Amino acid sequence: MGNGALWVDSDNGIISRDIFVSDAIYTEELKKVFGRAWLFVGHESQIPKPYDFFVSRMGAESVIMTRDKTGQIHVFLNTCRHRGMKVCRYDQGNTRVFTCPYHAWSFSVDGNLTSAPGGLAGVPQYKAIYHDELDKSQWGLIPVAKLCNYKGGVWATWDRNAPEFEAYLGGMKIYLDAVMDHRDGRPGGSEIIGGIQKWKVPSNWKFGAENFIGDLYHITSHRSVDMVSIGPSGAGRRDAPVVRREGGKRPPPFVSVGFPNHGHGLIGALPHYEEADYVPQFTLTPEVEQYYEHIYHARVANLGKQKRVLAAVGTIFPNLSFHGMQPRALFTWHPNGPREMEIWKWYLVDADAPAAVKDVLRRYYLRYAGPAGLTEQDDMENWNYATAASAGQEAGRYPYNYQMGLGYEQPAPDLDNAVYTTAVTEQNQRILYHRWAQYMSAPEGGSLHPDANANLGEILARRRT
Amino acid sequence: MNTREASLEALLRQRDVEAFYYHEAELLDERRYEEWLDLLAEDIVYFMPLRRNVQYGSQDRAENTREGLDAAWFDEGKQTLTQRVRQIRTGIHWAEEPLSRVRHLITNVRISDTSPEDAGDREIEAKSNFLVYRNRIDDETDIFAGQRTDRLRHENGGWKVAKRVILLDQSTLLAKNLTFFF
Ligand code: FES
Ligand SMILES: [Fe+2]
Repeated sequence: MGNGALWVDSDNGIISRDIFVSDAIYTEELKKVFGRAWLFVGHESQIPKPYDFFVSRMGAESVIMTRDKTGQIHVFLNTCRHRGMKVCRYDQGNTRVFTCPYHAWSFSVDGNLTSAPGGLAGVPQYKAIYHDELDKSQWGLIPVAKLCNYKGGVWATWDRNAPEFEAYLGGMKIYLDAVMDHRDGRPGGSEIIGGIQKWKVPSNWKFGAENFIGDLYHITSHRSVDMVSIGPSGAGRRDAPVVRREGGKRPPPFVSVGFPNHGHGLIGALPHYEEADYVPQFTLTPEVEQYYEHIYHARVANLGKQKRVLAAVGTIFPNLSFHGMQPRALFTWHPNGPREMEIWKWYLVDADAPAAVKDVLRRYYLRYAGPAGLTEQDDMENWNYATAASAGQEAGRYPYNYQMGLGYEQPAPDLDNAVYTTAVTEQNQRILYHRWAQYMSAPEGGSLHPDANANLGEILARRRT
Repeated sequence: MNTREASLEALLRQRDVEAFYYHEAELLDERRYEEWLDLLAEDIVYFMPLRRNVQYGSQDRAENTREGLDAAWFDEGKQTLTQRVRQIRTGIHWAEEPLSRVRHLITNVRISDTSPEDAGDREIEAKSNFLVYRNRIDDETDIFAGQRTDRLRHENGGWKVAKRVILLDQSTLLAKNLTFFF
């Protein structure tokens, strides 16, 4: 174990089937990828008040996201230090203290009762049976090594040596901004619609991550939903066919953009400095249409000549994906063994949008996405059977082809250390797996961020044009 | 009406609603989806909330997501239910192509609210339990248990489902998708 290059041949776009099914690789991956990367934990709007909590996951493990009295957010591993019992079996709620059901050790959300937030506050019969000798300061809940609230999204990592979150994002930051910012261009301002869809799919988690980082090729798989027209304008599955007036301002074309040194990527538009013309998209619901037209003009005023992008779909390494435009949502692909993942889906809206707008969006999101979504049902079917077929003894000798667009990547203008090609390509999947292989190769304590430009350089050196 | 007549009336009503549910289940299990759509009122509300694990005492307030406000498995009307049927009928909806084998067992039918006989739109509330079994392709098997709370409306000599609230007895959905009807 430990050599990612055994499975991922980035120069030739060849990837072993083993990475989707092997128990040994999965075990290694939990430690080396999920133990060291920045992971999405939740959204601050899920814990608005002091002592609110939300139970989430990092990799295969349960974590508790809490807010203390001062408003500070913390993330702890959801396991008692005494014998491991989960100290919280609720999905969400409000509490000052987590009391373990097993022997009733209790842990305080605030640091003021204890030496640190999450500290061990109460031990039944402390004097009588521990003789006052147990050092409670050493047995609190285990906090994450680093935490970052970025525009309402709460991210954390177990790796003390991880770069700060914004450095981890690299040039991807402007695209995450496009997902999290208010539609009128103000920073932040989005919230999660109440209730997270969670469901188990018999698929390796990487099929979700690679699909969203840039698989536009699979659009053909969604033909059936396109035929029944679930879009908010009553056509297709997204928006109305865009009718633009002659000579009007158009958005830049969608391309695949990848950040080879970081492992992130997306399909969207390259940076530009002017808003394209307004195109009506909610023609079936005049009230919503009016709102969006209003928001459009606010956006033009707010952003002025600032740099901006469009983010349709993307993945932030390793397992956070998004739909940045319609239907706007975040996904986490939680590993649940090599052949199963648990998908968590968080739907986003502008926090201050009128109730009628939120309602129309919510209904559209639900008919499009999630396990009952007319579009996404077909994705799960594909990932399910792709995983199963990755396991065959004979099949395992034949790796997968990730050669689409190989050698045609261009340096992306106006972005840090990025490449781009046409929207339909496997550039971003190669970037994702190359980065994954680096995490798998680097020993514990070894550097994951050796040379900031190494990966980009390798890709550009392979260019055919 | 004397007591005996009232009991008989209730029995007939019970039998009538049960027959309606068995017929509905048959249409779904035999994939006669268009005929099933005909059993739904034009203004049907079809809602299946997400369910959460919450602290004792807060179940009423926080266990289920709220209709019309929160995320759900389903929160829709006849239009999207019809689109779901049309999608299956394309023959290229891969999540249901080839078709799954689905069986609905409907039990514990309780009629809890009967509007006056002379009301213009006669509506009753009927609760039932379900066990839905799905087998797909080869060894894919899912079992869903839960409760439906229906508002049934008597129209043109037959029942129509005017509202259906489906409580699935799972929080994390233990299935990859929901490509069929409850
Ligand atoms: S396991 Fe938590 S107190 Fe013993
Ligand atoms: Fe898809």
